[in-house]
Parts: sequence; C-alpha cells; structure tokens
Amino acid sequence: MPISRRRFMISAALSTSTLAMPSFLRAQGKPKVVVIGGGAGGGTAARYLAKDSKGEIDVTLIEPQQAFTTCFFSNLHIGGFRTFDSITHSYKTLESTHGVKVIHQMATAVDRGAKVVTLADGSKVPYDRLIVSPGISLKWESVPGYSPEAAEMMPHAWQAGPQTQLLKSKIEAMKQGGTFVMIAPPNPYRCPPGPYERISMVAHIFKQKNPTAKIIVLDPKEKFSKQALFQEGWQKHYPGMVEWIPASILGSIKSVDAKTGKIETDLDVFNADVANVIPAQAAGAIAAAAGLTNDTGFCPIVPGSMQSQVDENVYVLGDSSIAGDMPKSAFSANSQAKVCANAVRGALTGSRVFPAKFSNTCWSLIATDDGVKVGANYEPAADKITKTTGFISKTGEDSALRKATYEESLGWYAGITEDIFGA
Amino acid sequence: MRVVKRFGLDNLQSGLAVAVALVIGSMAIAGSAQAQSGEAAGKEHDRLVGRGVEVFQRCSACHRIGVEAENRIGPQLNNLIGRKAGTVKGARYSPAMVRAGAEGLVWTPETIDAFVADPKGFIEGTTMGLRGVDDADDRKALIAYLASFSTGPSNIPETPVPPRAGVDAGLPTEILALKGDAEFGEYLSGECVTCHQASGEDKGIPSIVGWPPADFVIAMHGYKSKKREHPVMRMIAGRLSAEEIAALAAYFNKKGQ
Ligand SMILES: Cc1cc2nc3c(=O)[nH]c(=O)nc-3n(C[C@H](O)[C@H](O)[C@H](O)COP(=O)(O)OP(=O)(O)OC[C@H]3O[C@@H](n4cnc5c(N)ncnc54)[C@H](O)[C@@H]3O)c2cc1C
Repeated sequence: MPISRRRFMISAALSTSTLAMPSFLRAQGKPKVVVIGGGAGGGTAARYLAKDSKGEIDVTLIEPQQAFTTCFFSNLHIGGFRTFDSITHSYKTLESTHGVKVIHQMATAVDRGAKVVTLADGSKVPYDRLIVSPGISLKWESVPGYSPEAAEMMPHAWQAGPQTQLLKSKIEAMKQGGTFVMIAPPNPYRCPPGPYERISMVAHIFKQKNPTAKIIVLDPKEKFSKQALFQEGWQKHYPGMVEWIPASILGSIKSVDAKTGKIETDLDVFNADVANVIPAQAAGAIAAAAGLTNDTGFCPIVPGSMQSQVDENVYVLGDSSIAGDMPKSAFSANSQAKVCANAVRGALTGSRVFPAKFSNTCWSLIATDDGVKVGANYEPAADKITKTTGFISKTGEDSALRKATYEESLGWYAGITEDIFGA
Repeated sequence: MRVVKRFGLDNLQSGLAVAVALVIGSMAIAGSAQAQSGEAAGKEHDRLVGRGVEVFQRCSACHRIGVEAENRIGPQLNNLIGRKAGTVKGARYSPAMVRAGAEGLVWTPETIDAFVADPKGFIEGTTMGLRGVDDADDRKALIAYLASFSTGPSNIPETPVPPRAGVDAGLPTEILALKGDAEFGEYLSGECVTCHQASGEDKGIPSIVGWPPADFVIAMHGYKSKKREHPVMRMIAGRLSAEEIAALAAYFNKKGQ
C-alpha cells in the first residue's frame, strides 16, 4: 500500500480517538524510538519526543561524541568572535532533564526487517521507530589527492571539532604575506553561505595579524549564496584581499598535494601556505548502509513528516535528507525534527498530529558588527518541500541594521542550542 | 518651566489625544473593510511609505536617513523609533531638546506625530525649523517612512507594550476574542523557540514568554499585515492564521505562569 494512503488511514484512526492506539503497542509496553546522531536534527528530535511524550516513549540517542561542537558559529570561532567552549555542548541535560538515554557509540548497521540497530561494540538496540540524522559524509575522491590523511594538513573543518581547531591554528600561524586557498564544495552541501562566511572570518583575522596575506577561493560553482552581500562586504572591509574564481574560469581541479600545498587546476597552479579543502558531500555513511539513500547519495523523504520513502518506520532529518527547497542547515534540521517528532509521537501514542510547517533563517557574519541574513518559509507539497516566501538582507544597509542583525544571530544561537540540547 | 509642563503630563495627554484621533481615524478606514486581508494592509503600508518619501523632502535639508546616514544640521534619523530624544552622538541639539530627553521623552509614533504636527508647540525652544505638518495622513506617512529605517531588535517590543496607535490599530474584535488552543500552540511554538529562548532569557532576541495574550495577538498581526518591521517576523507571522496566532498567544501566556 502506498505510504500516503497508509498515512491517511493512520491519521483518520487517530482523529477519532486518542484511545485508538493500536493494542499491540500497549501490549508491548513503552514504544521505543532510537535516534542516530546527536546533532541539530537528532538532538532536537530526541528532546521533543522525550519532553512532549512525558515518559510515554522510550527515547535512545546514539552519538559517538561526548560533547557536540556546532558547525554553526564555528566560523565565528575561527574569526575570534567565539571561544571553542562556547560552541561545544554536552548531552547531560538531555539525559537528566528529559530522560533521554544517550549511548556514546557509533551505529554500525541497521536491520530494518528486524528493526534493530547494531552498535560498534556489537550490542543491539531494538526500535519501533528509527530517526536517522547523521549529518554528512565527505566524498574524499571528489578532489583528486585529498583523503582523511591529507585533511590533517589541509583541513576541511566541515565537521566541527578538532578540524576547526586545526584550521584556526594554521591560519594564525601562516607566514606574513602568505596565501590561503579554499577549495569550495559543489552543490548540494551543508550550509550554502558557510564557505563564504568562513572567507570573511579568515580575512578578518588576516586584516589584524597578516595584512598582506592573500585569500583565493577556487569554486566549482558559478554563483553562491548571498553572493552580492559577501562580495560587497569583502570589498568594503578587506579591499584587494579576496580573489574568488568561479568554475567557468578555473576549469577543474586536477590535484592537490597536501605535503607541498600545491593545487593544480586547468587555469593555473596555486601554491597554498594554508589550504582549506571542502569536498563534495553525501548523506552520513550510516544512512547509505541502512539502504535509505537513492542515487543522489541523500535520502528521499515524505514532505509532510520526514518519513523515509523507503521505510515507513524510519525518518531521516537534516543534511542527510532530500528536503526539497530547504537548505542543509541547523535551522532546517531543527525545524524538520519538530515536525518529525510530532508525527512519530502521534503514530506511537495517538497524540494530536498537526500540519507540518518548516522554516529556515541563516545569519552570516562578514566583519565585526556586520551581519546579514537570508530566510524562507516552506510547506510540504506532494512531491517535495517547497519554498513559499522568503527574504534576504540588502546590499547597502546601514551599519545600525547590520549590527542589529549580528546581535540577533547571537540570540538565535542561544535559542537553537537550548532547543537542541536543553537549557 | 513651561517646557517641563509641555513635556510632562499635559503634553503626553495631548500627544495621546492626537494618537487616539489617529486610532479612531484608522479604525474608521479599517471598519469599512474589516475583512480586508493582510495583503491589503500591506499595500496600504506601502502606500504610506511611498507618500512618506515625499513628505520627507521637507526634512531632508537638515536630516539624513538610510545607508550610512550622518548628522547634518539635524541628527541622522535611523532607528529613530524608541530613541530617547536628544541623544545621537555628535549631533547638535537645542538645550530644550536635550532636556526633553533627560526628562524621559522617547520617540514613538505618538510623540513623533505630536512633535511634527507642531514642533514649537511640543518643545518650546526647539531649533527645528519645520513649521509643522498639518495633514494627519502626511504625518502618518512620514512616520511609516521613518519607521522603515528603524528595523532591528530595538524595534521589536522587549516586553509587552501597549498597542501602538497608528501601527496596531484596526484589529477586528473577533480576532482579539478568539480563544487559543494552547496544545496546538505548544506544537506551533517549536518554530518560535528556535530563536526566542523557551526559558524566557533574552539575548539579542526578545523574550516572548508570559505576554498578555492580547498584546501577543496584536504584535503578531502587526507583523502579519506588514505594519510592523522585521523580515523574519513578517515571514513567520505571515503564514500563521488568526487561530494559530491565538493558539500561540495562549501557550506562551500559560508558559509564563
Ligand atoms: C562552517 C559551517 C557553518 C555553518 N553555519 C550554520 C549556520 O550559521 N546556521 C545553520 O543553521 N547551519 C549552519 N551550518 C550547517 C549545520 O551545521 C548543519 O546543517 C547541521 O548541523 C545539520 O544537522 P544534522 O542533524 O543533519 O547533522 P549534524 O548536526 O552534523 O549531526 C550529526 C551527528 O550524527 C553523528 N553521527 C554520524 N554518524 C553516526 C553513526 N553512524 N552513529 C551515531 N552517530 C552518528 C555525528 O557524530 C554528529 O554528531 C554550518 C555548517 C558549517 C560546516
């Protein structure tokens, strides 16, 4: 039976009475939800399910890291605006306040037939519903010569943590007048404005510590998010420092050599004193291993609930999902998680299921007190999540507004991290 | 002393009297079209701002507003709404204006309206040369134009504020009377607390916990109809129905108790 028809029947049953909970579930005791990945999507989903079901659902979060460093605001750490501590969050509140069971291990396999997740130590965790939000995996081979080993010399810093610290220290130690080269990622990737916010933050550091340094962006794209705003900002704050080379001029990247910093392209050979290589991306590896991805490398979902199109007992959130018009951002993952938690709770306990509403806003910092933002509303359509309305900061805005926008982003960070990890 | 008196209660009252007149005026307009959609209200706002550009010509010899506006003969007018009178750094003010600010005069749509209607009557001793904008609609237009350069958190009410005359007027009583479904509101609130901290802390983004429901409803409809500034709030409020706004108001009020 197609999922949509099944879903219709489920919700029809629910609307008649909250007591319509399938008897087999009650017989089994508490329904079990397992969440793979304790980031923006998974943390939020686990928290909302535990919080809103008030103990009716048994929620287990599987996440290998003891603490989570957010990619969002990691560029601000590189720029010296945030400490590393201030962007790192523990799972303690999820456990103590909300009763989420957190297991610090990697999920290595999912048996969707038996509804069991296998962990790195071989133990097995059964589920009634599985929520998968493992972020991205990096396609190393998309940049010839790049590899996990090369990333120790040419950091990607596209998964936050030690990589962020490594990149920051290399930027700060770069020789006077040296060259910083970024290889930007092709679409689709997490955080569309992220690479360009990073360029802004690197320029901000160089302006103070290394004013004759050069920044070169080798981009496999022709245009990028908030382009006019970033380019205006670079011109204004860092004149002459940043050179952005689009694909039509660059051609392709032929190889990178992590030891020498040499980057060969059709256009030229670049010698990087510090290189930041951000390769192409796909869904987190466990999503592919669980058979949830299609040939795009990401996971197709049902737009109104984030349910996998492949398996009605599985939901996929955040960067790993194909969320239609929504960008891959923490804001999006958090928004999707709340829609998903509502749907899963409804399916398991008969609680009210409300219509899905999605939204996203991404703030970026260009220089001290110079913040910009872009945002949109999204609604589920039959085939995909579709953008309805949106807005973007304008070039030429006055500095008071830009400062207010930056301050607003600080508020957003405090709000969303509280919403993911608890207060 | 006369200045003090003008700025004390007396003047506040006369300012309010003008404001009340404005409310009644706009209610009369809205009355005929209570069912007017948010879109129509948005259009009316656009018309006002457009007219405001023209009215501002009378100010532009001395005042700058917009991108990187600087002080001229008079202070720059960005973020005017909510600003204490006589406090822009580097601007030249009459002693009367500085005193008015020290006594608590804050520029709001109401006080700007009263001041612009009769500058010397409102602040005796002001050096502002404007004779006064007689036409109430022109003043409303000018205020809408000035307010459009007051975007930013400083323009979002930090705490419940009384409805803003001229900005929040004309909300049909049926909307205010809607009873909110707090459980639905709790679900919808997920969208709010991505930015507004659920704990009620405010840091860069104001708290929305514990507001009286009517204030919440009025503010949200202000964004929905694009009368209030702030692009994110306009976007979020824009697609919420009156029932959904009422549900949120009920939930956030309950949460504050
Ligand atoms: C530099 C940069 C700046 C950014 N700035 C912003 C911003 O300003 N605003 C914004 O909204 N977004 C921003 N983002 C994007 C944002 O970080 C991501 O879109 C968001 O984190 C995605 O959430 P997620 O839940 O899909 O994945 P993640 O948040 O990455 O979480 C995935 C988690 O899953 C875990 N995991 C992976 N595999 C397994 C497994 N097999 N078993 C168990 N656990 C596993 C990982 O350890 C990780 O903790 C930025 C990203 C970058 C790189």
